[in-house]
Amino acid sequence: MRELTYNEAAIEALVEEMRRDPKIFYMSTDPIGPLLKEFGAERVRATPITEAAFTGMAIGAAGCGFRPIADWRQVTFCFVAMDQIVNQAAKIHYMFGGQVHFPILFRAAVGGGGQVAAQHSQSPYSMFMNVAGLKMFLPSTPYDMKGLLKTAIRDNNPVISFESSRLNTRKGPVPEEGYTIPLGKADIKRDGNDVTVIALAWLVHEALAAAEELAKEGISVEVVDPRTLVPLDTEGIRRSVQKTGRLVIADEAGPTAGFSAEVAAVVTEDATTFARLAAPVKRVCALQVPIPYSPVLENHVFPDRKRIIAGIREVLQARKPAAAA
Amino acid sequence: MQTLSPNLPPEEQREMLRRMLTIRRFEERASADYLAGKIYGVVHCYIGEEAVAVGVCSALGPGDRIISTHRGHGHCIAKGADLNRMMAELYGRQTGYCKGKGGSMHIADFGIGMLGANGIVAGGLAIVTGAGLAAQMESKGGVAVSFFGDGAANAGPFHECLNIAATWKLPMLYVCENNLYAAQTPAAATHALSDIATRAAGYGIPGVVVDGNDIFAVYQAANRAVDRARSGGGPSLIECKTYRWRAHTERRGQPDLRDPAEVEAWKAKDPIAWLEQQLREQGYLDDAGMGAIERDVMSALEAAVAFAEASPFPLPEQATDDAFAA
Repeated sequence: MRELTYNEAAIEALVEEMRRDPKIFYMSTDPIGPLLKEFGAERVRATPITEAAFTGMAIGAAGCGFRPIADWRQVTFCFVAMDQIVNQAAKIHYMFGGQVHFPILFRAAVGGGGQVAAQHSQSPYSMFMNVAGLKMFLPSTPYDMKGLLKTAIRDNNPVISFESSRLNTRKGPVPEEGYTIPLGKADIKRDGNDVTVIALAWLVHEALAAAEELAKEGISVEVVDPRTLVPLDTEGIRRSVQKTGRLVIADEAGPTAGFSAEVAAVVTEDATTFARLAAPVKRVCALQVPIPYSPVLENHVFPDRKRIIAGIREVLQARKPAAAA
Repeated sequence: MQTLSPNLPPEEQREMLRRMLTIRRFEERASADYLAGKIYGVVHCYIGEEAVAVGVCSALGPGDRIISTHRGHGHCIAKGADLNRMMAELYGRQTGYCKGKGGSMHIADFGIGMLGANGIVAGGLAIVTGAGLAAQMESKGGVAVSFFGDGAANAGPFHECLNIAATWKLPMLYVCENNLYAAQTPAAATHALSDIATRAAGYGIPGVVVDGNDIFAVYQAANRAVDRARSGGGPSLIECKTYRWRAHTERRGQPDLRDPAEVEAWKAKDPIAWLEQQLREQGYLDDAGMGAIERDVMSALEAAVAFAEASPFPLPEQATDDAFAA
């Protein structure tokens, strides 16, 4: 099968959808070359540096029957548009009693590893997961990127495509023929029996490397990529943990009230899954600090395959304490 | 107030009066029912500012779109919203515009181009600018109107939207309802220029100040701006000087720091009484005609209240309906 990069897969999805549906148009402070070339400046609009305005304009145009794509580029740039995202986009369909649909795709690069420091490196998806009314996903492969992005563009709600900066140039197989991937469906990236690692984006690849390493010792690691954050595939997550009885959650964001905390809750509040847990849940997350610049500091802040391996060893050695008599 | 009649047919001028009176009577009733505990949360009344909404909306067609503020009843009624569904929404009923999920601050009717009241000051400016972009892309000659207050004119979205609308020549009217106070804070304490309209020059678009209590002046300014927008000339800023008769909200004991003499002076410039007088002077209205309008307005209002009272509350479990669109 041919290979595309993560970024190429995204552009291919956008091009295919924009060809299919003339109601789709694109707004961003810097238009993407291939889109601009094919669709022109009317449908691929260069905006002033005004994320608040073009985010709100996407909402208004969506309410009038268009299907806008608003590209914030770095997720950190959308923080100036939080009123439009949180008070307007997320609430407007529900608050007005579902009168009309607001199909909007927002795009935002997340993660670190680029030595661009705190204001250009962040993984704040749990902030958005906490807001009712937004769907969102974070793919780990070019295949998932294309399939999820196409589904998101066709969804009748505001959907945020979080995209990992570290993975932009990473290649992977993408079929020539068309396909979509439903939102809300986790993918088992590696089958295993001894421990489940739930990971997102770049850390899926680190978890797969960790699993490969531990396989040499006879440890069988299952790697599950939820792919979609809202709606979260709680059944898929629980099914894997019920099978292995042990869980490590790897996330490029910090742990506090984060995606990892949500997954831990999903697993432990379900009686069947909780009963199958043989050890406490382990989170392998970024340190709870803004992302620093110097590579020595940045690498220390982020989890990697070594920390995932350490986390796996910890849950394999741990035992669930017997219930108090 | 010297503006001449805009040469509109008498029945259209009487319709302006009927709509303004509908807004006033609707809100008088909403306030009373709020104090009686039949309407919940918070209610912001537009009384005193009716000429702005009705004057601007009289210059629009059914395909044009508007967005409102937290003080939104007037814009809804001016654009032709259904009083029954409005009152039912205030009463928190299933039959309300938002099925009881929005209340006074969030009434919308996308079917008539009313894109919603909005509880965040300056929150609607960018959304309706997107409706202006939609109208431009649709190429059907539609325009979009942003109603906002003097408070919103100091917020970032005002500047960001005027800039982008001017640059893209969007078919927009930005209508500032300058009622001289942002909640309790006098306008003079929050911006250095006395006229918000002068800011239009900074974006390269026309900006005009009009007497917001003179519906003919508002209508004529809106008409000019609509013509410009429809013909591809881009957006305009219209500042309507007006005044809110009542406190910021209808909450009992709500402080009102304004000078009572100032409030009384503005009440003497009642936009409804002024239009009534204009119509009488032109021979378009007599006592019988005025009585008929009053009866018509009151019977529609009583019907709306009866509809709301007879409507069921939502079922509790409907709280999770419409969380996402299908």
